[in-house]
Amino acid sequence: MNALHPDVMNRPTTSGRSMVEVNNLSLIFEANDAPVHALSEINLTIHKGDFVSFIGPSGCGKTTLLRVIADLEQATSGEIKVGGTSPNDARLNRMYGYVFQAPALFPWRTIRSNCALPMEISAQSKTHQHAQIDKYLQMVGLQDFHNKFPWQLSGGMQQRASIARALCLEPELLLMDEPFGALDEITRDHLNIELLKIWEATGKTLVFVTHSIPEAVLLSTHIVVMSPRPGRIVKVIESPLPRHKTLALRDTDAFHALASEIRQALAEDHQLD
Amino acid sequence: MNTRILTLAALVCVCLQSVLVFQLPIGFYQQRFWLLLLALAVMACVYLMQRLANITSSRSAGAKFSQLLVPALFGFMVLMLWEAIVRGFNVPLVLMPAPSRIMSTLLNNLPTLWADFQQTYLKAVIAGYLMGCGLGFVTAKWVVRSPFLQKGLLPLGNFMASIPIIGIAPIMVMWFGFDWQSKAAVVVIMTFFPMLINTLAGLKSVDPLHADLMHTYAAGKSQIFFKSQLPQAMPFIFNALKLNSTLALIGAIVAEFFGTPIVGMGFRISAEVGRMNMDMVWATIFVAALAGSLSYGALALLERWVTFWHPSIRDKRS
Repeated sequence: MNALHPDVMNRPTTSGRSMVEVNNLSLIFEANDAPVHALSEINLTIHKGDFVSFIGPSGCGKTTLLRVIADLEQATSGEIKVGGTSPNDARLNRMYGYVFQAPALFPWRTIRSNCALPMEISAQSKTHQHAQIDKYLQMVGLQDFHNKFPWQLSGGMQQRASIARALCLEPELLLMDEPFGALDEITRDHLNIELLKIWEATGKTLVFVTHSIPEAVLLSTHIVVMSPRPGRIVKVIESPLPRHKTLALRDTDAFHALASEIRQALAEDHQLD
Repeated sequence: MNTRILTLAALVCVCLQSVLVFQLPIGFYQQRFWLLLLALAVMACVYLMQRLANITSSRSAGAKFSQLLVPALFGFMVLMLWEAIVRGFNVPLVLMPAPSRIMSTLLNNLPTLWADFQQTYLKAVIAGYLMGCGLGFVTAKWVVRSPFLQKGLLPLGNFMASIPIIGIAPIMVMWFGFDWQSKAAVVVIMTFFPMLINTLAGLKSVDPLHADLMHTYAAGKSQIFFKSQLPQAMPFIFNALKLNSTLALIGAIVAEFFGTPIVGMGFRISAEVGRMNMDMVWATIFVAALAGSLSYGALALLERWVTFWHPSIRDKRS
């Protein structure tokens, strides 16, 4: 008994394996006419090394939930821990990287200098900055474009640059809000595979918002199906597919079975409306 | 082939006109024959300009060259016609001096004009411009985080911006004396609000995604300002800087009409008008226009360098 106590006390409130832990979390936006229940009683645990997708129709709160994890929105009630601390502390410790729907690169900075920005802000040494930038631009295949300005590149290349920028800080957690939503399907397929490679190579925890079922199936280890009014989690599906995936996987029965399970979960909920 | 002959004829006509203007006795247009030449010269000028415009728009090899040539030639033609009309119709000096007369007056009075320029431009305009723009910028940075202050300040700003300088200039002379300080004060008042309003709009034009991004980086206030807000606001700030460079000159010159030591461009204009020395008035106006366009041009160049990334500028480059 006595031997156990210090161990328990030293532990963070969440278990060592969990990256994000959400308990009974609700978020209500005060609108002019009636309050909007953006998130209602969310319970979710995301383990380290997982690739978790939030999927659901518009207004289901998937982006809001991601923003709560990133400390960009504040929960009205409930509890949330990111890496064992509050989202605010996680943000101040630069524990996560966030990739937005749009690349959000600064047009007056080159790709290299855009990637350097988060490291400039956290005052890292120039040599470290350059090493990180070279490593991750190589990883996303933009090493030859490092001196270009964002507006000289295509949309897909810009989004790749923004992923490299997020990776440069070496965050344990990567939050992505429909990062490929604005791209054509061919570019999207390509970037999905690139993202899987990066995830496998770095072993980071990934939380990915999407409204594309095939994308969610292809990428995730866990799929969180969400529903609007009020925004809530309908079902969490653990993917039976192998962690290492290829595009060819999309033609297998297992893939179709998982896709139809998600579609069903989304449809069942709509009948309730 | 036909157009070539026509162009050549037009060129000859223009050259002939510009030589004859200085050779013929004053008032030569009273003879009908020379009047015919004036009409012909005007037509030739118009025709030549059209030809040049075509060359410029066709993007031929000489396009870049003719981009410089067109305004230069246009200026030359206007001056030539101006000279011809003043000499040919014997226009009284009080109404309109010829360009050659203005030039010779300018060259003969360089020390006086330089002293005026120093007093009005180098002292009042520059000091007032720097203070007005600086104050506007600092106020905008201070006010941008407070919607409450914006609500109070902006109507006051609009109200003050609509006060005519004619009205405040005498008051500033009462407050700050006859010398350049009172003119600088007028310039401060004129340039403050365009700078405030533009900088405010610029600082507010930050993409919400960029604001979120800086938040996720846990960036400090000054980092957010210098790395995100300020660069984003630069196109707006340069708009105000360019607008203010013109406003400042107008303000300083007009303010000098209401009391000044016996030096300054505004003083020169009002004093020489009183003595019917219109050539001196025009020479002063020329100096003012030159100073104004040079400072505007310098700012526009600086703008191209600083905000090279802005769509309005990077499109022109490629």
